[in-house]
Amino acid sequence: MREVVITGIGQVPVGEHWEISLRSLAARAIQAARHDAGDPEIQALYVGNLLAPTISHQSNLGTLLSDTVALKGIESWTVEAADASGAAALRMGYLAIASGFVDTAVVAGVEKYTDMVGPRLESAVSQMTDYDWEAVEGLTPTAQAGLLMQRYLHEFPQPRELLGAFPLLMHANAVANPNAMFRKAVKPGAYAGAEPTNPPLNVYDTAPYADGAAAVILTTPDRAQAFPRPLVRISGSSVVIDRLALHDRPWLLGFEAVSHSLERACRTAGILPTDVDFLEISDTFSIFAPLVLEAAGFAPRGRAAQLAAEGIFNQDGRLPLNAMGGSKGRGHPLAATGMYQVVEAVQQLRGEAGASQLPRARRGMTITLGGPASTVVTHVLERRDA
Amino acid sequence: MEIPRHWRLKKQRYALVGEVCPHCDARLFPPRDVCPECGGEAKQPYTFSGRGEVYSFTIMHDAPTGYDEQAPYTVALVKLVEGPVITAQLTDLGEQPVEIGMPVEMVTRKIRQDGDASGLLVYGYKFRPVMQH
Repeated sequence: MREVVITGIGQVPVGEHWEISLRSLAARAIQAARHDAGDPEIQALYVGNLLAPTISHQSNLGTLLSDTVALKGIESWTVEAADASGAAALRMGYLAIASGFVDTAVVAGVEKYTDMVGPRLESAVSQMTDYDWEAVEGLTPTAQAGLLMQRYLHEFPQPRELLGAFPLLMHANAVANPNAMFRKAVKPGAYAGAEPTNPPLNVYDTAPYADGAAAVILTTPDRAQAFPRPLVRISGSSVVIDRLALHDRPWLLGFEAVSHSLERACRTAGILPTDVDFLEISDTFSIFAPLVLEAAGFAPRGRAAQLAAEGIFNQDGRLPLNAMGGSKGRGHPLAATGMYQVVEAVQQLRGEAGASQLPRARRGMTITLGGPASTVVTHVLERRDA
Repeated sequence: MEIPRHWRLKKQRYALVGEVCPHCDARLFPPRDVCPECGGEAKQPYTFSGRGEVYSFTIMHDAPTGYDEQAPYTVALVKLVEGPVITAQLTDLGEQPVEIGMPVEMVTRKIRQDGDASGLLVYGYKFRPVMQH
């Protein structure tokens, strides 16, 4: 197996980009990543996308996007794993480079969410649940989060507003991220006083679905010898699935795929989970944060929100979490989210995160969820000179 | 129109017909032909009683297409007395507040309308509070 490094990153600010098409959105991120890497020769492009066939009536994005950025005759296709698609595409790129079959690849995550409006959008997103047995009952991903939080508060009784610690932290962290959708801190009183949308969820518990695209360039250290900036190595990579329907899980709140995925990625990297300096996790819904942190072992069961309120996960805390704002602050461009997490981690590791820069960032971990941890993709990223 | 995909599930939607595993006796709903508990083949039909309790619940205000006219509605995880947990809407609630652990029973109701007034109506199971005698 060959070592895999990241030499280029590119991202488009997350938002409602009515003026930018699916292909242009992706092309901006891909071209930015190629330039950032010094325009190497590209042999493959792996695309993470979820909704284009439904919302934009467009499939075969591998060919469309390669064609758009004039990458002629390369290898390319789409990887789909719900809103972990971008992270799963990175896994695909990692396998391609590590195996020796491909030397330099682009991995892009793209979601063009606003090509459609109205309730049909909620239906489109619900396709990531079990359609015959969940979606058909009128269940959506937001409703799944409502079920999870209701049960969480039942099994681990605590003040309801304590769970606001996560969205409040995300909004505070997003203020300094120029690519974030929301760059305004939220006051604790606003969270506590918000009307429930899907009780017990309120509006601050749901990350906004949005348009976005982010990309990285993967290659081998040999080919990156002239790269003038810190090289980031992918030292751990893993994809693990759970039962698709929430109702089929032995324990609703277990998020078991998180612990398995984390364990495998750490084993590949030869580290313990506690060896990471910072975390990027999916906070599509605020209840996902405690469930992921607790399944991963970063907090005792039922205690993650209390630890968050104590500041453990702040930028200056013991284990900084989603320092660029996470999905709640940055926005949640579904399949692209996993790529944003990786791009943000690379910014931190290179020391290029600007006002969001963490004091210690030698090794980071990204945990990307497809649905409510139906698919979990974990990557360990570290500075090669660390 | 998605007539075949709903028609082929009519025994499940109208009568909660699942399966029982001949190897480990696990009760399965929905039927899946492969037992998730032991991995063995499980194709023996088993009809569930339709009784259970609320395991978790939430309320939908912004409904997806086909469910708009029912909104707001309560969607729940119902733990059947035979073991499996299923996703279903609660109905006939009146003023009664929903609680985890509340006993419920299956009824058949309209669950979705596709398209306009002439669109396909999908009927299936919902659960209501158990009548007090």
